[in-house]
Amino acid sequence: MVGIVIVSHSENLAKSVVELTTMMAKGVPIEPAGGLEDGSFGTSYDRIRDAIDKVYSDDGVIVLMDMGSSVLTTQSVIEMEEDGKKVEMVDCPLVEGAVSASLDSSLGESMEQIIDDLKTVATTPKM
Amino acid sequence: MTDQKKVLEIVEKIIAKIEEEKEYLTELDQPIGDSDHGINMARGFQEVEKKMPSLDGKDIGSILKTVGMTLMSKVGGASGPLYGSAFMKAGLKMAGKTEMDINDFLTCLDTAIEAIQKLGKAQVGEATMIDAMVPADEAMKKAVESGADDKAVLEAGSKAAWAGAEHTKDLVATKGRASYVGERGLGHQDPGATSFSYILEVISENV
Repeated sequence: MVGIVIVSHSENLAKSVVELTTMMAKGVPIEPAGGLEDGSFGTSYDRIRDAIDKVYSDDGVIVLMDMGSSVLTTQSVIEMEEDGKKVEMVDCPLVEGAVSASLDSSLGESMEQIIDDLKTVATTPKM
Repeated sequence: MTDQKKVLEIVEKIIAKIEEEKEYLTELDQPIGDSDHGINMARGFQEVEKKMPSLDGKDIGSILKTVGMTLMSKVGGASGPLYGSAFMKAGLKMAGKTEMDINDFLTCLDTAIEAIQKLGKAQVGEATMIDAMVPADEAMKKAVESGADDKAVLEAGSKAAWAGAEHTKDLVATKGRASYVGERGLGHQDPGATSFSYILEVISENV
């Protein structure tokens, strides 16, 4: 199963997104990487790296981020630590993307398929 | 221009400067960012301070690389990966060197700009640190060509960086949280351009 990491400036937000997805799709390897090491607001290089390691398998890992430094820090972690590994960050709305990716992963979809589906998340109307 | 001992002294001065200006940098970040640039930079550079004893006698490449890795993992905001990759990539260019001249310094700055643009995708004119870095780089290259001494070159760079930082008030940001502020960010100076200007100012005052 493809692993998922949720990166946010907020520890609570990252945890809550994970909580929400586990209600909608069971058994997916998904980890939050929110806030700094002391739980305060920010993005932690170490937390992102550790979360990726935790859910990593040969099926790969997809990382979804909120914005700004979440994106830049994730990009740095992937460049510096995950060389040659199957880890991709995807640009999409965080909550909707997390639900779509977990559902796909729980159904055994490939990393490539999940990324294709994530590309449509931003333009899928809710109303 | 400087040897490894001098580089360590300058790093100490940069740490002190960032600590001194942390409230001002955070204040600048308040209307356009998430009010944490000064706090984040100070946190990162305080971690660098802890690494200083281990850098005694190390080559300039190792010093810059350690500064970069520390900022990358400890700052906690966008400036972490940006300054982090800038120092780390500059460190790779200085690997094994125990002295650096003005051309080495300009190589470091070119490398830093390239690393920051690769990661942050910012171009000149988007109200980021790039708007201080690129004019500083150009001014210093021009000064070197005109035969100015190292001190004058660095002073020209520092002056151009500050002018660039000031000019970010007239620019609309398109990156990070500031991009949501849009035109309402006009009149505000970019915190990243400001912190870079402080760093270059400290270097020019201490070489």
